Amino acid sequence: MIKYIIKRFLMMLLTLWIITTLTFILMMSIPGSPFNDVSDKTSNEAVQANLESHFNLDKPMIVQYYYYLESIVTLDFGPSIKKPNDTVNDLLGRGFPISFELGIISIIVAIISGIILGVFAALKHNGIIDYLAMSIAVLGISIPNFVLATFLIQQLAVNLELLPVATWKSPSHMILPTIALATGPMAIIARLTRSSMLEVLTQDYIKMARAKGLAPYKIIIKHALKNALMPVVTILGTLLAGILTGTFVIEKIFAIPGMGQYFVESISQRDYPVIMGTTVFYSAFLIIMLFLVDIAYGVLDPRIKLHKEKGD
Amino acid sequence: MLLIQSLGGDRLKKILEVQNLHVSFSTYGGEVKAVRGVTFDLFEGETLAIVGESGCGKSVTANSIMQLIPKPAGKISEGNIIFKDIDITNANEKQMRNIRGVDISMIFQDPMTALNPTLSIGHQLMEGLKQHQNISNKKAKEKAIEMLNLVGIPNPEERLEQYPHQLSGGMRQRIVIAIALICEPDLLIADEPTTALDVTIQAQILELFGKIQKETNVAIILITHDFGVVANIADRIAVMYAGKIIESGMKEEIFYHPKHPYTLGLLHSIPRLDQKDDELIPIDGTPPDLFSPPVGCPFTARCPHAIVACEKMYPLRHESSLSHYVDCWLYDERVKNMKQTN
Ligand SMILES: Nc1ncnc2c1ncn2[C@@H]1O[C@H](COP(=O)(O)OP(=O)(O)OP(=O)(O)O)[C@@H](O)[C@H]1O
Ligand SMILES: [Mg+2]
Repeated sequence: MIKYIIKRFLMMLLTLWIITTLTFILMMSIPGSPFNDVSDKTSNEAVQANLESHFNLDKPMIVQYYYYLESIVTLDFGPSIKKPNDTVNDLLGRGFPISFELGIISIIVAIISGIILGVFAALKHNGIIDYLAMSIAVLGISIPNFVLATFLIQQLAVNLELLPVATWKSPSHMILPTIALATGPMAIIARLTRSSMLEVLTQDYIKMARAKGLAPYKIIIKHALKNALMPVVTILGTLLAGILTGTFVIEKIFAIPGMGQYFVESISQRDYPVIMGTTVFYSAFLIIMLFLVDIAYGVLDPRIKLHKEKGD
Repeated sequence: MLLIQSLGGDRLKKILEVQNLHVSFSTYGGEVKAVRGVTFDLFEGETLAIVGESGCGKSVTANSIMQLIPKPAGKISEGNIIFKDIDITNANEKQMRNIRGVDISMIFQDPMTALNPTLSIGHQLMEGLKQHQNISNKKAKEKAIEMLNLVGIPNPEERLEQYPHQLSGGMRQRIVIAIALICEPDLLIADEPTTALDVTIQAQILELFGKIQKETNVAIILITHDFGVVANIADRIAVMYAGKIIESGMKEEIFYHPKHPYTLGLLHSIPRLDQKDDELIPIDGTPPDLFSPPVGCPFTARCPHAIVACEKMYPLRHESSLSHYVDCWLYDERVKNMKQTN
C-alpha cells in the first residue's frame, strides 16, 4: 500500500510538471506582454522595460522557466503584475475557500441527489417516477449551466424574488449557484446510477439476498447500490473537472468572489504569475481528487487491489 | 423405507405440498405457460430430485415455492403451495421474508455469481442470521464458523474476512450451502447446485449434501437435468417435461423400472461407467413451445411409441405402485387391450 502511494505520488508530480510546462509554453506563445496595453497611457518604453526587468520578463526563456519552476517548488508565486498590492498567494488564499465551498457543495448535492434519483428510477422501472426522473436528467444534461443560471436568476430571484440575485454571503445566496452548477453532474450521475442499478438488480446475488429473506432496504443499499456505484465512481473524476471549470462560469454570472474571476482576468491581462499560480493550484487539486477517487474505488470493490501482491 | 413410513402415516411429517401448480409469464410474444399443473409432496428429511431437460419448468417451480418469480410478468395462476400445513400461495412479501432463509432456503446454480463480489464471506454468512434472529455479533460469528466447518471449509476464521474472488468455484458453492443452512431451514431447494462445477468437485458437493442431511435432517429438493447426479442422494425422483411431472417414483423404481418413454430416453442419455461400449442416445427433437402447449401428451412428437390417443388427450395417470405413477397412454388398460386385438 505504502509502495503504491509513493508510486502514485511520483506519477502525480510528473503529471503536474507536464501540465505546468505546457502552461508555460502556451503562456509564452501568446503574443504581447502584460505591459503593452494600448489603453494604458502612462506606460512608455522606459517604464515598460523597467517593469519587464523587475518581473524577469527580459531574461531568456530558459531562465524564466527556471524561475517559474522555482516558484512552483517553493509554492511562492510572487506578486501579481496587475494587482500590485496582492501576491498570488494572497489571491489564492482569498478566492480558493469560496470556490472550494461552491464546488464541494455542488458536487455533494450532485452525487446525493443523482444517486437517489437514479435508484428510485431503477426501482420504479418504467413507472411514472422513472420517466419523470429521466426527463429531468435529459434536461439537466442538455441545458448548459450558464443558461440554467440565467434562467434561475430571472425566475426565482428577479420575478418571484424568492432568493438573492447574486454574491456569496449567506446560505440563501448559495442555493441558485449550487443548483446551476450541480444540475448537469447530477443528471449524469442519475442516468448512470439507474442503468447500472437495473443491471445489478438482475444479478444472481440479488436473488440470493432475497432468498435469505433480507429486508428490502438492506438488499437495495448493501447488495445492489454498492455494486451499482462502481461505474459512478469511475466518472467522478471527469465530473469533478467539469465542476471545477464550471465554477469559473458560475462565479462570473453570480458575481461570486472566488478564484474563477482571478483566473479569467489573469489570462486576459496576461498576469503571468497569477496564471501560473492558479494553474498549478488547480492542477494539483484535481490530481489529488482523482487519486482519492481511485482510493474510493478500491474501497468499494475488493477485487481491485491498489497494491499488487504476489500469489493469492 | 420412506414408502413404508409414509404409509404408516404420522411417523414422518409432510412438510411441503404442491398442488396443481400453474405458473405463467406474460411476455411480448404472449403467455408462456411454464408450469402446467405440477403436484408433489415432500416429507421431513427426504430428498426429492426433479429431473428434466432445460426449459421444462424446474427452476420456475422452485422459484414459485419461494415466491421469487419475477413479478408482475410471472404469476401463479392456479394451484396451492402448502408449507407445514399453511397455505403460502398468496402470502405477501413480508410474510415470505419470514419464511425465506428461515424455513426454506435456496441454492443457485452458479456459485460464481451467487455471491456478492463486494461483501465479505463473513458478512454474507451472518446477515441472514442477524436478519432473522436477535443474536449478538459474537454468537453470529461462532455460528458462521460452525457452518463453515460443517460444509468442510478449512481455516473458517480466515475465510470470514475474505471475499468471493479469493475462493475457488467449489469453495464458493460450499459457502453458498453454508449460507443457505445457517438459519437451520426445514427445506433446502438446490437448483442445479453442481452444474457449474467440474466433475470431481460435483461429486464432493453431492457427498456434502448427503452428510448435511444426515446431520440436520433437512428435506432437500434437488433440481437437475442430469440423472447421473441423483443416483446417490435422491430418495424419490420426479421427471418433468414441458411444465408437467410426467413420471414420479422412488429412485429404484425410476432407475430400474422406468415407465415413460421420456424417462427411458433420459436414462439412455447418461454415460455409464459399467457399460463402456454403450452408446449414448440423445432424445431426438425438441420440447414443444410453451406459448401454446399441445392438448395431448407433450412428448408425442418425439415419442417412438406414440399412438393416436397421445395427440388427442393428455394421458390418464397410471399408478403402478403406491409411490410410482406415470402419465402415459401406453399403460392404460384399454390401450393394452387394443394392442392385443390388433
Ligand atoms: N422471467 C421469465 N419470463 C418469461 N419466460 C420465462 C421466465 N422464466 C422462465 N421462463 C420460461 O419458463 C420455461 C421454464 O423455465 P425454467 O427456468 O423453469 O426451466 P428449467 O427447467 O429450470 O431449465 P434449465 O435446466 O435451463 O434451468 C422456459 O420456457 C422459460 O423460457
Ligand atoms: Mg433452471
